[in-house]
Amino acid sequence: MLKIANFRDLDKAYAEFKPRMALRTEADHKSFAKRELLICGGTGCQSSNSLILLEVLKKEIKAAGLEDQVTAHITGCFGFCEKGPIVKVFPDDVFYVEVGVDDAAEIVESHLKNNTIITRLLYKDPAQGNKPIASHHEMDFYKKQMRVALCNCGLINPEEIEEYIAAGGYQALALCLEKKKPQDVVQEMKISGLRGRGGGGFPTGIKWEVAAAQPGPVKYMVCNADEGDPGAFMDRSILEGDPHSIIEGMAIAAYAIGSDRGFVYIRAEYPLAIQRLQRAVDQSREAGLLGKNIFGSGFSFDLELKYGAGAFVCGEETALLRSIEGGRGEPTSKPPFPAQSGLWGKPTIINNVETLANVPQILRRGGAWFASFGSEKSKGTKVFALAGKINNVGLVEVPMGISLKDIIYEIGGGIKNGKKFKAVQTGGPSGGCIPAAELDINIDYDNLIAAGSMMGSGGMIVMDEDNCMVDIAKFYLDFTMEESCGKCTPCRIGNKRIHEILTNITEGRGSLEDLEKLKNLAEVIKDTALCGLGQTAPNPVLSTMKHFWDEYVAHVVDKRCPARVCTHLLDYFITDSCVGCGLCKRGCPVSCITGNKKEVHVIDNALCIKCGSCISKCPTKSIVRQ
Amino acid sequence: MAEDNCQCGESGFKKLAEYIRQFPDKKTALIKVLYEAQHIFGFLSKDVMLFVADKLDVPAAKISGVVSFYSYFTTTPKGRTQIKCCMGTACFVRGAEKIISRFEEKLNIKRGETGADLEYSLDSLRCVGACGLAPVVLVNDQVFGKLEAADVDTILANNQG
Repeated sequence: MLKIANFRDLDKAYAEFKPRMALRTEADHKSFAKRELLICGGTGCQSSNSLILLEVLKKEIKAAGLEDQVTAHITGCFGFCEKGPIVKVFPDDVFYVEVGVDDAAEIVESHLKNNTIITRLLYKDPAQGNKPIASHHEMDFYKKQMRVALCNCGLINPEEIEEYIAAGGYQALALCLEKKKPQDVVQEMKISGLRGRGGGGFPTGIKWEVAAAQPGPVKYMVCNADEGDPGAFMDRSILEGDPHSIIEGMAIAAYAIGSDRGFVYIRAEYPLAIQRLQRAVDQSREAGLLGKNIFGSGFSFDLELKYGAGAFVCGEETALLRSIEGGRGEPTSKPPFPAQSGLWGKPTIINNVETLANVPQILRRGGAWFASFGSEKSKGTKVFALAGKINNVGLVEVPMGISLKDIIYEIGGGIKNGKKFKAVQTGGPSGGCIPAAELDINIDYDNLIAAGSMMGSGGMIVMDEDNCMVDIAKFYLDFTMEESCGKCTPCRIGNKRIHEILTNITEGRGSLEDLEKLKNLAEVIKDTALCGLGQTAPNPVLSTMKHFWDEYVAHVVDKRCPARVCTHLLDYFITDSCVGCGLCKRGCPVSCITGNKKEVHVIDNALCIKCGSCISKCPTKSIVRQ
Repeated sequence: MAEDNCQCGESGFKKLAEYIRQFPDKKTALIKVLYEAQHIFGFLSKDVMLFVADKLDVPAAKISGVVSFYSYFTTTPKGRTQIKCCMGTACFVRGAEKIISRFEEKLNIKRGETGADLEYSLDSLRCVGACGLAPVVLVNDQVFGKLEAADVDTILANNQG
């Protein structure tokens, strides 16, 4: 059993485990005498049977008598979730996508035995005429990326502490405890310029400084792993793919502020992340890296997992603390800030998962190293979750200040099915939309706010011409209305009224006057709500109104939905390709379709309730919405 | 899904009491205890909430307040097959609404409801973080991704078969 009682023990463990990484990190291993297969074991790939694939691969390797030369195990998310399950072959740097269980035998026979790469399983780049890309590092998706927070995802096995140590894990903590005073750690964080990755963008070093300056022996360190923004999944991937980095980051933060107890507030909806993190905590505790007198330095720290139970507002610091205390997660007004008075009234630091994943890297390589990337006021790299109507859905980590265009077209591979880009939504339910005209924007905290959106946790939902922006605004309000805790009136009642007005507009009952009302109400809620959730809830409405005013006008004046999404505003027609089979007529719940057998049928739009049942039944696709 | 032998009450309560015993600081353990209780019984009945109140020495009103606050907790029984449709943004822009409507139509229940025969429940869910597979549906926690409305029929047919 691994025991690390002092700094020398860690050095010894590192020397012992480091060779594990040789095939994965050293360039001169090109003899292919030995190989390693890493299979993504994240939520996305697991649901496409990656674990069964791993078992079959192991069986095939054994059957082929290659056990001594080839090992196979899981790793964290590679980020290329669109094309999972993913199998990476080391040291070849070959990246197989959409690998099915049936492909296992061929991988063993062809690649491992005969050294022949299977072209069929390689990623084919549509931008290069579907040319198969053999090398992981030559894929456009990865070329512009720079991995700091995600550096171990897709490199190590997240279920074994030995792997994390082999990748240099816990050395930053050792360095802090052996050679740095708490104030030096805070200073290093200030130099790095790291800002909170959960959304607010508050400088992490300053937050730690405030908490460190508070008197008293009892302080708490909390990790916010209640990733609530729909469409953002970087925290889940880090927790699943590199859980020890969070533990190390928390221990460093605790040392800097003088805390000995921590909590990870994690979403109950992430069962795999909970399981991996709990396993990592147990391993660290057993090894002596959590608990009393870590490295024999006199510093003690231990942590406990607390489950979030499905309340978006608990991502707000004060609400999160109330939830950890075991109550309803209702926010309280600030000040006092948690760094002064948090959990049970004691000074408490709350850092997001991605923020903490950066901490060990910053302490190991220096604050100045981290500050050497990024833009002037937003340093380092940021993980974005690309989703929606984009070719390469997945997680990307890029230096701050990269242009939105680069992310969407170079890394993301452009819009799905060759459609036209309409907008990208950033910042989740608190953020806004950035239209095509502003694609050249350089992404950082301040530029996004200037564009009427925000960084949030880094979700980027791409929309194309088929998405209706009024409908999207309504979707977000539906979400915030549902998630409002009900404590303050502007949020509880105001957002419900906004949602009602939007529903009226999408159902054809809106007027120009409503648009005016909508705007005023949104401004009032922004100014008067108690917490971050309420204050930012109207943002999706304000930003879509600003950039897509014409679409709102089309809904209320012409009673028309330009993207043809709002079903109440569409008319249904049957085209001449109708063969007169009568399926639509029989399936229509209001009997508004007429026509004789083998003749083109007709829909009476005055009676039609726009349910769409005829469209799903028509075998010749002759029914259109306009 | 709760195991059958836990539905009958007594052994479930015994199991829950044992779970509660491990917490030295009972008052802050409430959410974890409710989480486990729901795992054992499938839902949080009045009896279960009163039991937890007693064991943790917390007023029953507070427990009710906590249970009603968090969407994860349910006070009504769920169906044997629980269908949860992700309605996160990524799934939404890729047509999640069509998927959940199809389930409503086929199962003849609305979202948030459980059929009278306790066979199916249908719920919408906040983002499960599998946005690469959007739109996503969880059937008894098994993930199905990249769905189209027609896949709903296949999922239900396979589930019955």
